[in-house]
Formats: sequence, structure tokens, C-alpha cells
Amino acid sequence: MAQTAEQKKAREGWLLSLPALTLLILAASGPLIIIAIYAFLTAGEYSGVIWDLSFKAWFQVLFEKDIFDGTVSLADAHLTIFWRSVRLSLLTTLLTFTFGLPTAWFIATRPLKQRALWLFLITIPFWTNLLVRTFAIMEVLRVEGILNKILTGLHIIPEPLQILYTDTAVLIGMTYVYLPLMVLPLFAAIDRFDFRLIEAGYDLYAGRLTVLRRVILPIIRPGIVAGSILVFVPSLGAYVTPRVLGGGKKMMIGNFIELQFGAGRNWPLGSALALILLLIVGIALIFYVRASASENKDG
Amino acid sequence: MTNNISVDVRSARKVYDATSGTVVALDSVSVQIRKGEFFTLLGPSGCGKTTLLRLIAGFESPTAGEILLNGTDISGKPPFERPVNTVFQSYALFPHLTVRQNISFGLEMLGRPKDEVARKTDEVLELVKMTAMADRKPQQLSGGQQQRVALARALAPEPEVLLLDEPLSALDLKLRKEMQHELKRLQLETGITFIFVTHDQEEALTMSDRVAVMRDGRILQVGNPRDIYTRPVDRFVADFIGETNFLSATIDGKKVRLATGDTVAASGVEAHSEGAAVTLAIRPEQVRVDDKGGLAATVAETVYFGTDTHLHLTLGDGSELVARLQSPPSGEIGLSPGAKVSVSFTEGAVQVLEH
Repeated sequence: MAQTAEQKKAREGWLLSLPALTLLILAASGPLIIIAIYAFLTAGEYSGVIWDLSFKAWFQVLFEKDIFDGTVSLADAHLTIFWRSVRLSLLTTLLTFTFGLPTAWFIATRPLKQRALWLFLITIPFWTNLLVRTFAIMEVLRVEGILNKILTGLHIIPEPLQILYTDTAVLIGMTYVYLPLMVLPLFAAIDRFDFRLIEAGYDLYAGRLTVLRRVILPIIRPGIVAGSILVFVPSLGAYVTPRVLGGGKKMMIGNFIELQFGAGRNWPLGSALALILLLIVGIALIFYVRASASENKDG
Repeated sequence: MTNNISVDVRSARKVYDATSGTVVALDSVSVQIRKGEFFTLLGPSGCGKTTLLRLIAGFESPTAGEILLNGTDISGKPPFERPVNTVFQSYALFPHLTVRQNISFGLEMLGRPKDEVARKTDEVLELVKMTAMADRKPQQLSGGQQQRVALARALAPEPEVLLLDEPLSALDLKLRKEMQHELKRLQLETGITFIFVTHDQEEALTMSDRVAVMRDGRILQVGNPRDIYTRPVDRFVADFIGETNFLSATIDGKKVRLATGDTVAASGVEAHSEGAAVTLAIRPEQVRVDDKGGLAATVAETVYFGTDTHLHLTLGDGSELVARLQSPPSGEIGLSPGAKVSVSFTEGAVQVLEH
């Protein structure tokens, strides 16, 4: 009886979260609904939308009509931007993993007392505004910047490198910005890892690389998947970093969407692009849920 | 002679650097372990037994000395190049692999052909009676089952030597007894040299062909269980293995004189000079209590243990002595505290040790 009363109490308890739920639903789905509607409307002449049903925006995502002869061709520029976004995001994920794994491993293998300090150091960049940090990277990468001064000063390269306003600059910037998001979940996974399993691997004739591949990586997989999602998703929608380090020329989806709502004066196209971005992120998240679900089933 | 030696540890020394200076975990230990024998390293925690095991496995390298396997120096080889497998105290089963995958891991790493891996894995599964559990994950098994898988995984590659690091310590008493038999059976069936680490003296006595008793990074005594139990080399070994009464005495001719003034026969008198102060070790089950004119003693306490009754006695000089007597059918030994008895020792039961 007492249990039923408790269950009843628990069932009614959700009412307490109603204000929070309302805020979440309105704040999260409200803008989304607006975007979803705008994507099927006609663009206004100067900005905004005209309330006429139109699929032009979706057509414009992939194709463009020549203004003179009206021939339809693939919108190469758009595809380039999509491809750059996906490619740079994947590369960012790969680079953060490459740097993040040894870092997380290092922290997880420190004595307990030191770990808090190392984790604290990892979070320090979050204290400064992203824009400021991105400008700092600009200062490092520019032709007369610190990196080029050191490299030419040491006669490693004869001429300063033009890194700024290239894909490489965007990649470096995003790797720097999102590295902590990879390190933290990896650390959590390695922290739970039983290091005696490494000895068990060695004992059973597995060399160092094989132990990494067959024992360590499969066991810390949930951390790898979580870190990859946490890096890949914001990378894909990155705005500030490609804007500053790509110099407006090397656009990613985020910048392209912003362009449609600004100078491009094509809100429906911007909305359609935003929905496509959401779709890509959604697919990535489904992959994540699948991966962690199969992990739970295995475990 | 040397060709029946499996593991030959020569003056192995292991020193760790700690913040508070260096710690000597192993102090020039030499021991030879024979092929196909069940050899136990016994000692309290911190005696160096696990360090010695880890040196043989290759997880640590000796600071000095060398370790030979079948006559070849393996000191410099990493663990994955040594034909030696370990059953870990924590089992260390791979959580992401099934029982079958865990067991076949070693064989796969050795590059054995697929059909051989499958055949051997099935064989070993059968050997440890885990065939029905082959497709489960380690987390779905009980402690005893995980133990069997750990054993199977280490046995599957048919190592020259199997190292067991307190593998039974996590099991409850009943299961532990069962696994002791199981281990012994596996050792006899496979003929593999077993090196077993434990702090449980009973486990060491019941399972081993030979036992090495260790303390403070040294081996104090190596011998078969009977030797160790009946002729311990010193007070520590006598005390660590089973229960022992210690009495102070001096050498008096071919006998020893107790503090009470009585003289008793003892083995090991020859090794000491006349009048030397020594310690006598007498097992409680070798103490006889009767009224046939032995040492005078007073009963201080009786403790009933079921099969045995322990009689705590006080001798004339105040020194204490425990006698272990078989309980009579009624359970009543018929002696209450304060009773006067006389005590004698079974022939050959009194051992003379260094003072």
C-alpha cells in the first residue's frame, strides 16, 4: 500500500518540473518551428519572408539557376561549403582524438591528488571568451605572427607561411577550441579502465600496439564515441572560428547560414540549410545512441 | 640435474624507489622450481612473494640477478615473449569479450591457425567445465565462474609455467576448498609447472609439492609441506605455518632444560653449544595431557572447537602452553580451569630453534 502511495506521489511529482519543461519546450522548439516554416516560404525582397508556400529554398540548397539564360546547374559553391564543413569537422574530431587520447591518458595515470589540478588546467580556456581566444590564435598564425617569427628565426623555413585564412587555420583553431570536449570524456573512460587488463594482454602474448587496439580502445569506446560527438557536432555548426580564421572566404555551414539571414537576404534558404545541418547532427546522434546502446547490451 | 629445472631464479633483487627512500622488495632471492611441480610462495603481505611472481611473469625486471626458464635467461624479455601465463588475483578478464573470446585471446596472439584456436578453446572450456557459459560476458558470471575462466585463459596457450597470484583469495570458504581440489586436478592433468602465491598456510600445505616461506624479501625455507610443518627453520616459519607453542630453554647435555627446571628430549640439540639459550617449538597437537608424571601444569582455560578442544595450560614458571586434544564423543574433556595435570610431548615433537 505504502508503495502505491509512493508511486502516486512520484507520478504527480513531474508537475513540479512543469515551469522548466515549458521554458525548454518554448525555447527549444519555438525557434525550430519558425525555422521549419520559413524554409517553405518565399524570400522577401530585402529581408524576411513572404507568406507564400515555396520549395525554392530547398531547390537552392543544391542547384542554382543562371540569371541570364535560366539554365539549372549544381550549386558548386554550396557543395564546397558542405564538403568543407564535414571534412573539417571530421578532421577536427580526428585531431582532437589524436592529441586528446595521450592527454587524457596522462591525466588518468597521475596520482589522485594531481588529477584535479590537471583537469582544472584543461578547463582554463573556458574562462575566456571564444572570440578573444580565436583572435589570439590569429595572432599566432598570421604572417608576421609568433609561429612564423619562430620558424623563420630558427631558419626552419625560409619564407613565412600563409596559414591564416586557409582551411588549415580553421582546422587548427577548431582543434584548439574543442580539444577539452574530447579530453574530458576520454579521461572519464580511462579513469574507469582497469589497468591490470594491460598486463593481462601482455601476459597473453599481445604486444604494445595490439594491447592498445584489442584491449584498451574497445574498452574505452564509450568515451571515444562521446568525445567524438561532442567535438563533431559543434564543429559542424562552428561559426566564430571559421569566420575569424577563415577570413570570410573559407566558409562553413554556420557562416553560410548567417550569410543568408544577413547580406544574402534569403531567409528561407538559411532556414533550409539550418534544417539540413540539424539533420546531419541528428544522424550523428543516432549513431552515438546506437553505439552506446550496443555497448550496454554487451556489458 | 639442470634439465628438470623449469624456473631458476638466481640472486634476484628488486628495489623500488619510494619517496621515503628505497624499498627492498626482494633481497637476493635464489630458488629453483622443478618441471611439473606445484610450487607455492607463502608469506604475509609485503614479503615479496608477488614481486617474485611478477619478475617471473616479466611485468617487472629485476634490479639485479637473473631468471632462467628451461636454462635460458629470460630476464630481459617482455611478458609477451615469455611462455608463461598468469592467473591474476583480480582475474583481469577482458570485459568486452565473451568467455570464449577471452580464452582464445592468447592463442590468437600466438598466431595459431583458426581451427586450432577453436579446438583448443573448446578443450580448455571443457577442462574447467565452462562450456555452457562460453558465450557469456565475464560480468554475467559468479566469482567462482570468473575464476575458472581466468584459469582457462591462462592454460589455453599451454604455457611452460602457470603463475597464480592469490587466485582463490576472493572466493568464499566452500568455493575456495572446491577450487583447491580443482587446481590440483588441473595441475596433474596438464603437467604444467604451477607457481602459486598465497598467504594462506593451509592452502599452501594442502596443495603444494614444495613450499617456499618468505619474509621481508627473503626466502626463509624451501621444502615439502611436511618438512616445513614438522621442521621449521626458525621461529617465524614455525609461527606462520600452523599454531606453535614457544618455550624458552637452555641446552643441557643431550637434552634441554626448561625454565621450570625440568629437562626434556628435543631434536636439533647438536647444533647448539652447552648452556646456550634457545627457543623450543612444540605443535599443540603433540602436547599430551595425562597424569603419568610429566611437567606439572594448571589448566587455565578450555576452548571447544568441535573436532578438537584447546587446553590453555600454565607451567610451573608461569609460561603458557596450548594443547590440542581430540574431543571425546560427549564433547566434555572433563577438565575445568584450575585442574592440575601433567604434560608430556610426543617423541620428536620438540624442535630446538635459535633463541
